[in-house]
Amino acid sequence: MTRERQLLRRALWGIPLVVAAAFVFSGCPGTKQTVSGGDVAQRVYVAPGQYDEFYGFFSGGFSGQVTVYGLPSGRLFKIIPVFSVNPENGYGYTPETQPLLMTSHGFIPWDDAHHPELSQTDGVPDGRWLFVNANNTPRIARIDLSTFETVEILELPNSAGNHASPFVTQNTEYIVGATRFSVPVPQKDVPIASYAQEFRGVLNFVAVDPQSGRMRLEFQILVPGFNYDLAHAGKGPSHGWVFFTCYNAEQAHTLLEVNASQRDKDFIAAVNWKKAEEYLRQGKYHEMPAEYFHNVYDEKRHTATSERLTRVKVLIPSECPGMIYYLPTPKSPHGVDVDPSGEYIVAGGKLATVIPVHSFSRMLKAIENKEFDTIIDGIPVLKYESVIAGEVQNPGLGPLHTEFDGKGYAYTSCFVSSEIVKWKLGTWEVVDRIPTYYSIGHLLIPGGDSRKPWGKYVVALNKITKDRYLPTGPELVQSAQLIDISGEKMQLLLDFPTLGEPHYAQAIPAEILMKRSAKVYPLQENQHPYVTRTPEQARVERKGNEVHVYMVALRSHFRPDNIEGIQVGDRVYFHVTNLEQDWDIPHGFAILGANTAEILIMPGQTKTLVWEPKKPGVYPFYCTDFCSALHQEMQGYVRVSPRGANVPLTYGTGSE
Amino acid sequence: MRTASRIVLVVSGILLGIGLVTPLWRITLKAPQYPEGVQMYIWATRLSGQVELINGLNHYIGMRPIREEDFPEFAVMPWVLGGLGVLAVVAAVLNRRGLALTWAILLLLATVVGLADFYRWGYEYGHNLDPRAPIKVPGMSYQPPLIGSKQLLNFTAYSYPDLGGWAAFAALIVGGGVAVGECIGARRRRLSCFELRQHTREPLPV
Repeated sequence: MTRERQLLRRALWGIPLVVAAAFVFSGCPGTKQTVSGGDVAQRVYVAPGQYDEFYGFFSGGFSGQVTVYGLPSGRLFKIIPVFSVNPENGYGYTPETQPLLMTSHGFIPWDDAHHPELSQTDGVPDGRWLFVNANNTPRIARIDLSTFETVEILELPNSAGNHASPFVTQNTEYIVGATRFSVPVPQKDVPIASYAQEFRGVLNFVAVDPQSGRMRLEFQILVPGFNYDLAHAGKGPSHGWVFFTCYNAEQAHTLLEVNASQRDKDFIAAVNWKKAEEYLRQGKYHEMPAEYFHNVYDEKRHTATSERLTRVKVLIPSECPGMIYYLPTPKSPHGVDVDPSGEYIVAGGKLATVIPVHSFSRMLKAIENKEFDTIIDGIPVLKYESVIAGEVQNPGLGPLHTEFDGKGYAYTSCFVSSEIVKWKLGTWEVVDRIPTYYSIGHLLIPGGDSRKPWGKYVVALNKITKDRYLPTGPELVQSAQLIDISGEKMQLLLDFPTLGEPHYAQAIPAEILMKRSAKVYPLQENQHPYVTRTPEQARVERKGNEVHVYMVALRSHFRPDNIEGIQVGDRVYFHVTNLEQDWDIPHGFAILGANTAEILIMPGQTKTLVWEPKKPGVYPFYCTDFCSALHQEMQGYVRVSPRGANVPLTYGTGSE
Repeated sequence: MRTASRIVLVVSGILLGIGLVTPLWRITLKAPQYPEGVQMYIWATRLSGQVELINGLNHYIGMRPIREEDFPEFAVMPWVLGGLGVLAVVAAVLNRRGLALTWAILLLLATVVGLADFYRWGYEYGHNLDPRAPIKVPGMSYQPPLIGSKQLLNFTAYSYPDLGGWAAFAALIVGGGVAVGECIGARRRRLSCFELRQHTREPLPV
């Protein structure tokens, strides 16, 4: 081979190299970023039969539910019905669960669930309960993490847009809720233009019983009519305080996108709740009339009850000095996150060019030295320079939320520039950044808002997915992205679709929850008023137009399964008790023509389906959950006769 | 009897006592749907474990439900076990090898009768099936093994002694062995096994 030809060959080989380099360095439009190979698949691969390392609890946003995922696999395990009815298992349709969704506005079948929050002990998630807020009709729900079911919902009066909720204090003494939309307090018919005079915000403090988890609206703080957006409680040295961001200090009531974006700084409200407790003890509260519902599901009676409450204790800042301060914070702050040490309070100024970080110790000093700019309605506004610890420069555009890895780093989601920015606490320098696909809202690190984060992964919760998955028409899923943060550089591992619109999510090591998970409801503890504990007790009772069927479900039959003597106009209650005491053997129940959802009955549980037959005939019912080899045989008939017919009420099983 | 033998007899009595307060036997069923296994424990006085669950599964093959009240044995077994336990201690305290041998023979008898009875029940439950059962496999019976394991449709049945059963077996082997050994020793010394007199270390009469 001549030298010339050799050179030519080399030059020709160089062409594809140059082309490849051009793609790499300039980026190829239309080419999506994917993971960079290596052992990434292995790191998220949870082999069949193996368990995930973490449980992830994702809010459903507009689905009103909470979803349970495994991390790192991204596998979906359960949808927990919370604020929305769930025809799949009868939640919100059965007389047992309907009271959970009662409010002062009547029964509401839907809400917008934003922030799941795990209960904490000593500032660390303890795996007992999960709280989640309803944004639209202000409520807080509690989920029992042994049954993964909603067991309590408390309405918050005088509030609107319960967004800054339900963040917990260090030992779950309180969970909070604050109004994102200030409204007249108490509600009244006034011109909207009277906003500045009539509209107020409230900060709700809901006490949680340390044994039962029961919630009680302990007190409200009446605050100026700004938009209270997010919150986080102090921890360690700042235990005893809760921080709420607010925007719209302009008090605009129309075209907020412009009118509420005018001021250079809005606020973080710092509330000393221990001080508030003192004022409560001293009786410095106003007992105001209010209407709100407290709904509790009894896991032994398998039934929820609603209580209508009519009074609330309200504290007014001007009468309670030292209870609340405003920390000036740039440009309509969104998230407020307290670092694991409890010293730094990080604000996500969504329109700001920096991430401001306040210092708790400097705040205390400023309060002591009365370094106030001004006082608004009895609330001292501290000087920005006196409370600020530092500003993260050039973090990215639209910083929203920050979580911590427990190793001295903070991770902030930036919605506009669609990335996660990693920066160092104390030096405030950005050390790494990774793009997200696309437009990240919240982010989660297991325990990332607690005193002891398990800083192995960060999950980005993205609002827009566009070209990330196979297209499904105009409506697309939202997505989560799992990113490894165990090393110096963040590394994208996995992309998985999520249900509804997860706003916030939290995760906890599986080993904490797994051992608490219930397998069945003990039958001997079932105190449902219509329980049928043995097959022999199965029966049908008529009380006027009401017919109560005490039915049992047991592999693979219902008892009774032949019922005659029902008449058009009757209201038939099928109280079905699942007599199984075996894990993962639910039975379902549905009857032809019922204008309601089916019921899924867990082992040891009783649920009721209400049926009002409209036409004479014979109606089959059957088990809807494939329970056993003879599941297809698990069925029965109800004979419906015209009103006034003389067909006697009879029932039975197995006697032909 | 030697002191060591007497101690062994007392221990045997205690072992039989353990048999009174812990399960004697354990039946475990494993299937693809039950990787964790389903257990039933047989005590001297009762049944425990997931009996209802087993009955629920058995109804498919038409097996009679297993009910505690169907077993008169539960009224007898505690007396037999307790009585034998006391007898072992009495034989040791009174230092009578004849009594010890009697105890050993009775214990062996009780064990054989007990196992035979267990086999009989297993046979009856396994063969006496409801002709209207949903699942009928020609030629198939569902008798659990007396001891060991056996495949019954999708279930593997394991039948083994539990803590109390092992304790009773230990009492039989060790305590019984010592009692028999004592008697053989006595015979060698040309003493009657049922010698009422207490054994002393006197020189043998020539």
